[in-house]
Amino acid sequence: MKPAPFEYIAPTTVEEALGHLTEYGYDAKVLAGGQSLIPMMNFRLAQPAVLVDLNKLAELSFIRSEKDGELRIGAMTRHFQVERDDLVAEHAPLIHEAMPKIATPQIRSRGTFGGSIAHADPAAELTTICVALDGRFRCQSVRGERWVPAKDFFLGMFTSVLEPDEMLVEIAIPPMAPRTGWALEEEARRVHDFALVGVGAVVTLDEQGCCERARLVFLSVGDGPVEAVKAAEMLIGKEGTPEIIRAAAEAVTEELDPSADIHASVKYRLHLARVLARRALEKAFARAAIPGTQAA
Amino acid sequence: MMAKLIGKRITRNEDPRLLTGQALFVDDVELPGMLHAAFLRSEYAHAILKGVDVSAALERPGVVAAFTAEDMGDDWSPGPPLVIPPPTIEDVEFYTRTQVPLVKDKVRHAGEPLAIVIAENRYIAEDALDDIVVDLEPLDVVTNIERALDPDSPLVHDDLESNLAAHLVQEKGDYAAIREGADKVIKRRIVIERGIAGAIENRGIVASWDNKQQQLTVWDTTQSPIPIRNGLASMFGLSEYQVRVIAPFVGGAFGPKIMMFYPEEVLLTWSTLKMGKPIKWIEDRRENFYATTQERGQVHNVELALTSDGRILGLRDDFLHDTGAYDPYGLTIPLNTQCHALGPYDIPNFSSDLKVVFTNKTLTTPVRGAGRPQGVYVIERMLDIAARELGIDRTEIRKRNYLPKDVFPYDNIIIDQAFESFVIDSGDYLPAMEKALKLIDYEKFTKEEQPKLREGGRRLGIGVVSFIETTGVGPYEGARVTIESSGKVNTATGVGTQGQGHFTSFAQIVAERLGVDVRDVHIVTGDTAQFHWGTGTFASRGAVVAANAVNAAALIVRGKVLKLAGDLLETPEEELELEDGVVRVVDDPTRFISLGDLAQRSNPLRGAVEPGTEPGLEATAYFGPKYGATAFGTHAMIVEVDPETMMVEIKRYIVVEDCGTVLNPLIVEGQLHGGVALGIGNSFYEKLVFDDNGQLLNASFADYLIPTAAEIPTIEIAHQVTPSPLNPLGSKGVGEAGAIPVPALFAQAVENALDVDGLEILESPLSPLRLFELFHGEEKDA
Repeated sequence: MKPAPFEYIAPTTVEEALGHLTEYGYDAKVLAGGQSLIPMMNFRLAQPAVLVDLNKLAELSFIRSEKDGELRIGAMTRHFQVERDDLVAEHAPLIHEAMPKIATPQIRSRGTFGGSIAHADPAAELTTICVALDGRFRCQSVRGERWVPAKDFFLGMFTSVLEPDEMLVEIAIPPMAPRTGWALEEEARRVHDFALVGVGAVVTLDEQGCCERARLVFLSVGDGPVEAVKAAEMLIGKEGTPEIIRAAAEAVTEELDPSADIHASVKYRLHLARVLARRALEKAFARAAIPGTQAA
Repeated sequence: MMAKLIGKRITRNEDPRLLTGQALFVDDVELPGMLHAAFLRSEYAHAILKGVDVSAALERPGVVAAFTAEDMGDDWSPGPPLVIPPPTIEDVEFYTRTQVPLVKDKVRHAGEPLAIVIAENRYIAEDALDDIVVDLEPLDVVTNIERALDPDSPLVHDDLESNLAAHLVQEKGDYAAIREGADKVIKRRIVIERGIAGAIENRGIVASWDNKQQQLTVWDTTQSPIPIRNGLASMFGLSEYQVRVIAPFVGGAFGPKIMMFYPEEVLLTWSTLKMGKPIKWIEDRRENFYATTQERGQVHNVELALTSDGRILGLRDDFLHDTGAYDPYGLTIPLNTQCHALGPYDIPNFSSDLKVVFTNKTLTTPVRGAGRPQGVYVIERMLDIAARELGIDRTEIRKRNYLPKDVFPYDNIIIDQAFESFVIDSGDYLPAMEKALKLIDYEKFTKEEQPKLREGGRRLGIGVVSFIETTGVGPYEGARVTIESSGKVNTATGVGTQGQGHFTSFAQIVAERLGVDVRDVHIVTGDTAQFHWGTGTFASRGAVVAANAVNAAALIVRGKVLKLAGDLLETPEEELELEDGVVRVVDDPTRFISLGDLAQRSNPLRGAVEPGTEPGLEATAYFGPKYGATAFGTHAMIVEVDPETMMVEIKRYIVVEDCGTVLNPLIVEGQLHGGVALGIGNSFYEKLVFDDNGQLLNASFADYLIPTAAEIPTIEIAHQVTPSPLNPLGSKGVGEAGAIPVPALFAQAVENALDVDGLEILESPLSPLRLFELFHGEEKDA
């Protein structure tokens, strides 16, 4: 379990890093926290010719908020920094709540927020949450930069819109509307394992207490974050009664097409999806209705 | 004499070194000019080997050598059997087929080594594996043990008529006759899957031949350095004194490291002898999943015959045991299964037809528990079902069938793993059960709490399971105790140490006998240059066999001390005491002499040593028990199952353990914690999944789930002490105890929690997926 030979470069600026990506293109792979890439290299499942190590790019490690309340997280910010950050807890409580569910403390001390997203693992919590929260990703190359909405970023298993010369540098999460509730529900074999199924739910109520916006985004049931659009639509204009929530949760399976593995059959995954969707929606509706948990 | 140290909760002598990274493990060994080895392993589980071409690998810069089976010439031969088939029973069929150093003609399981590459470092060695050209012709594969004996099954060994590796029938009383008149006969099929041991340190070897000294030194993560030394000497035509095997600190073993000879042990030694350079090989985790032995893997067809009031008349257990591709370890595992199916119960009639089968999988040898958890699972599950069908409480049916305390030693007639009649030396089962019931408050939970919680929709269940553990088998171990001129004591023993706390428990015995500080007793284990008689650390025997040898040697030294001190102090021995590192006169503490002074006087530089005496305060002694001591206990647990997700949470876990005299409760409890953790893995997490081609689908810790601290509950432990009459210390083993009853207990508790009519758990391990299928009445997802 030793990696195949590779060339190692550790740039100190984003500009320098982008130069290397332009030069090596498909032969290069960027190293962020290394919590997925290094094991894949040790199994020789990944054999990049050039490894561009981003760990010296201090400029990509930050958490701040814009004037309009939008939260900005640098791609190289470590999970544990996000986990313990007050700004994140205040502006994006769903992210705050999800962080402890990501792997182990050891992995969170090294793994990065941007690395997890760029890796585009369908079992990742952060990809799912960014979609549920209408996040945006800033992607940069020597050709310039572009902002990609989270929902358009993921193309498939371990695949995103990032070009070989391009790098994810920043994540933006919009401010939460008033009367918004959230939840992330997941089940894993062991606490730190990839979830068998997980779902992020975000609902916003109008002044009458009816749902005006709903997002239900799943992980581990497809090639990437999977949004149950129709099930979420069933909630619009409705109060979050047990009957309405149950009906929407039951409907999610129409939009999911999970696969089986040694830990879960298709049937079991769909069953878990329904159960977890219901639990997530119950929690999200309850939180949306409680004053004090709303983003002001 | 009141024990001052034996039985005390003393922190471990070895921990400061271990916790500060100062302990030597095999991978810490660095020698000048050392090379590194990597093995090319077969990706097919069953295939004809038509050719291996290493020429391209040899051209890669940094590669020093590459060898195939052909290169070994006459040195190539299958390994000697480690455990011989039982000679003491009639009509046993046994076909010995042992592992080979490198595959010559046919691959029999995925991961079998085809070639070894030796290079300047492991990176280059692994790069070179890709350069080797292999011509393999895949064959049909047999993995399912129930299909292995089908007439049309592929054959693992072509020279045999079938995949039958062994057949043995054991009988006690007359089961068939008693079955006729039984009020109740319950029949079930029970399946127990295969898992790994999962030691945190994988295997590792450094082999070094010093041509000028004509000395071979091998650092090996083995559990039995002395047999390895003797075997390597014999294999390579060396004197045993030319071979030194060192098993330094080892990061967990759990059984597979007792296996010998692994191909790598042979290849590393052969290569260093050929090349004259030290070579290191450290098994990586992926290799460990294929190349290190595994266990469990049995299918039982069981019948239990009872009276209507729940008394066992007889048990029939016909079963298949998976030995994998080879069977060097004989029948140890399934013999343990048979003995432990009898459990702590009075079962007058027993019949067991055992068939061991070859499959295209990694071989099986004992893993902590070694066949015992399977036997316990069989009898405990059958008793649970009997209790339900007869309308008797689960705990009551056990109480009615326990062997009474005045029956010991009790002869179970059938043979055990040592091929001797399975005699239980001592036991007192009822109080252990009652203590467990009290600790978990069985009455209150079942009568008050559980019904209330069920009304609220919560599914909590309770389990209570009894077990026995045969421990401390022979043949013998030895120890040498030496008082040095510093007054400190050195003690060497042949057993290896993989975390059992020998540096402390053995030191306590010596310190107790010689009146020294436990920190002043230096223990050496696992170095054949220090002690070269013995077999090793396995079968929960260190604290029984080796500890009693240490005790015997320490007592002889104590005798020497008292004699010499008595002469010097002109005082009768019985008026002396050993305390604080000195021998003093009990009635006049101002008159004393230190052990260091005595050691010097016993080894003078000048003057005459009297004929018939020996210099030094030293003694070597051995201990071999007549037969193994049998420990026992009761475990109880409360679980909650989420009926929607089928996730299981262990709410409480109780252990009542009786391992005879406890040398150090801290160490015993540590053993129980680890054992229960392994048992929880066996119950709910750990299962090797093979596809029809014999490919392992979960050969990494990402997919093969070992429970972590987060999955293990607080384990509440209570002790009971029924000393073994078979050894002076009265100790029994405890190394495997924790793991043994857990799968049976977990199944009972989860079944009780789910509380669904007709839902019976007859397999291990479970998983949320499997519980979902059982709960919804579905067949297993193929």
